[in-house]
Amino acid sequence: MPKIILDGSVVEDSWNVVREDAPSALAELGEANTLVPLDCWNALQAESDKMPANVGVWIASTELPDQIEGDLQSIPVIGVDFPAFADGRGFSIGRLLRQRFQYTGQIRAIGSPIRDQLSYLVRCGFNAFQLAEHYDPEQALASLKDFSDAYQGAVDEPVPLFRRRG
Amino acid sequence: MYRYDSIDQKIVDDRVAQFRDQTQRYLAGDITEEEFLPLRLQNGLYVQRLAPMLRVCIPYGMLSSAQIRMLAHVARKYDKGYGHITTRQNIQYNWPALKNVPDILADLATVEMHAVQTSGNCIRNFTADPFAGVAVDEVMDPRPYCEVMRQWATFHPEFAFLPRKFKMAVCGSKTDRAAILVHDIGMMLTTNDAGEIGFEVFVGGGMGRTPVIGSLISPFVAEKDILTYLEAILRVYNLFGNRLNKYKARIKILVRAMGPEAFAAKVEEEWEHLKGSESTVTPEEIDRMKSFFPTPDYRILDDAVASNIDQQLVQQREEHQAFDRWITRNTREHRQPGYISVVLSLKPIGVPPGDVTAEQLDAIADLADKYSLGEARTTKEQNIVLADVAKDQLFDLWQACKPLGFASPTIGTLSDMICCPGGDFCSLANAKSIPVAEAIQRKFDDLDYLYDLGDISLNISGCMNACGHHHVGNIGVLGVDKKGEEWYQIQLGGDQGKQASLAKVLGPSFSREQVPDIIEKLLNSFVEVRIEGESFLETYRRVGHDGFKAAAYA
Repeated sequence: MPKIILDGSVVEDSWNVVREDAPSALAELGEANTLVPLDCWNALQAESDKMPANVGVWIASTELPDQIEGDLQSIPVIGVDFPAFADGRGFSIGRLLRQRFQYTGQIRAIGSPIRDQLSYLVRCGFNAFQLAEHYDPEQALASLKDFSDAYQGAVDEPVPLFRRRG
Repeated sequence: MYRYDSIDQKIVDDRVAQFRDQTQRYLAGDITEEEFLPLRLQNGLYVQRLAPMLRVCIPYGMLSSAQIRMLAHVARKYDKGYGHITTRQNIQYNWPALKNVPDILADLATVEMHAVQTSGNCIRNFTADPFAGVAVDEVMDPRPYCEVMRQWATFHPEFAFLPRKFKMAVCGSKTDRAAILVHDIGMMLTTNDAGEIGFEVFVGGGMGRTPVIGSLISPFVAEKDILTYLEAILRVYNLFGNRLNKYKARIKILVRAMGPEAFAAKVEEEWEHLKGSESTVTPEEIDRMKSFFPTPDYRILDDAVASNIDQQLVQQREEHQAFDRWITRNTREHRQPGYISVVLSLKPIGVPPGDVTAEQLDAIADLADKYSLGEARTTKEQNIVLADVAKDQLFDLWQACKPLGFASPTIGTLSDMICCPGGDFCSLANAKSIPVAEAIQRKFDDLDYLYDLGDISLNISGCMNACGHHHVGNIGVLGVDKKGEEWYQIQLGGDQGKQASLAKVLGPSFSREQVPDIIEKLLNSFVEVRIEGESFLETYRRVGHDGFKAAAYA
């Protein structure tokens, strides 16, 4: 099973990201934990009021959280895609999910996030990271703690430093 | 000026440690070239034509003498003994070795300096008036606000991978010396009818290959709301800016595509969610920032002493023509009686504009300590300002400046060119720019002629990225590549103030050898048709482009 970083530790992970040949009906999904693309999610959503717990959604960097239909809170995992690590739209998407839509489930960076983006991703509300293969997730944990403090408010600490200085 | 507390220091130290680790992992092959690129850029490190180039941040141009001495140390220890003041008030070094950069950053951190976000697709340094706090036409000091915004922008987690670089400027004076209309966001300090302080906000200005004058998107954003408003602008840009074509990725293209009204509406919509959040700036924070920029303890002179000093100055000016010229061109009025601001020229003939040696940096630090309360400022015109000089020390200061090469009495003249490093150093350049500047300086080295021409800005860029700000030069020179050869396009009529205008291309480009002669034809044409007292720009605006064009191609 592949390893990911989740809530500050390396764990084995069973979620599979479907990018092509997305299922057209819930019946095709089976038991596996699956993140489906947004349009697929919305179509499946129309089929049932209650989505199975083994289905999550991932959104592309060109998509926005308000396009996700149904009850956001019931989604176990929302993936946010970084088609290239330099495509920084996902940072805004993470903050919107947490701060605008109050999503409390897992937000996972998928695609090509790099180790040296981890501390910023955490600040933007991500708590799960699927890094490119050439990164050792154990070693990458160190990059979660690159900074001891931050100037501006974000998800992890909404109070900006200027309200916290002694 | 702003001083770090233990938290600021720790954050910058954390950054040094982070980059040291990243550099080691890169050198060990654990980070790919592509992945290391934005990491090094966001620490100011470019890979240039001949060697890496490190750009060190000088926040809104403010430097203490201790910091200037550190800049000299870096030039001496890690570089070839000099640095280069940039057109965005930073300093860059052309010869550091990659492996030494973490040590350079560690040295800089000991004097509260860094190279954070001086490059890359992130929020860059804020531009401000080099005469902030002392200018007679200043309405409000922009620096406390620049510092509030600088801290917000530093390591902003959401905006470190924008579609493209992002530059902001703040102006608090009647004359705009920060070029706010050619920045991604330009802010003009103002007050509303209720007397509250806030900003007029312009967005989407910029130079580069598609020069645009910024559009007003809000006539008043209160000071307490400025960070949430900026966050709304940046979020709209981050989500909707073009990421497919780097030449269409600046915010100006998005603003133009949406239209300024629609863009403003989108920002307002986003802002509704952010306004009033904990990022709202507190009055205590604004007061704290203002406390770092107090009115200095100026010497108060009684009338008799003041009049004595003035008289002595008149006498010195009569006795020394060169001193008189220097005062006329290289000083600016000060709001405090008995004081004056001095511009140290970094444009002596034969030296690349903005270049400064380690010895000169040490000397600037000494001059700042002796004559200007221990501080100096960099200007986007690539000179140095000593903002607080007592008038009775002017003559001494002038004499000290002469052997150091700072006394060229040419500030604001044709000889005070803005010039990027160009093809001699920069890997982006299409053509060299420094030799063009030198050839022009040599051709027009007669001071009486320069003074007769009056205020005129000549800006040279070696490529369309426009680091030399050629779009806003009264005369702009742009290096272009034609079938592997260096050619130069000449543009006229640019201006960077509140009446900002973009220069218009004259016509087919010229060879490097032709450029000084063409400039001469343009100047002759100006001298011929000007009405007494008119500047080059005023004449150009009155008579139009065609007369100059005809003269150039005659």
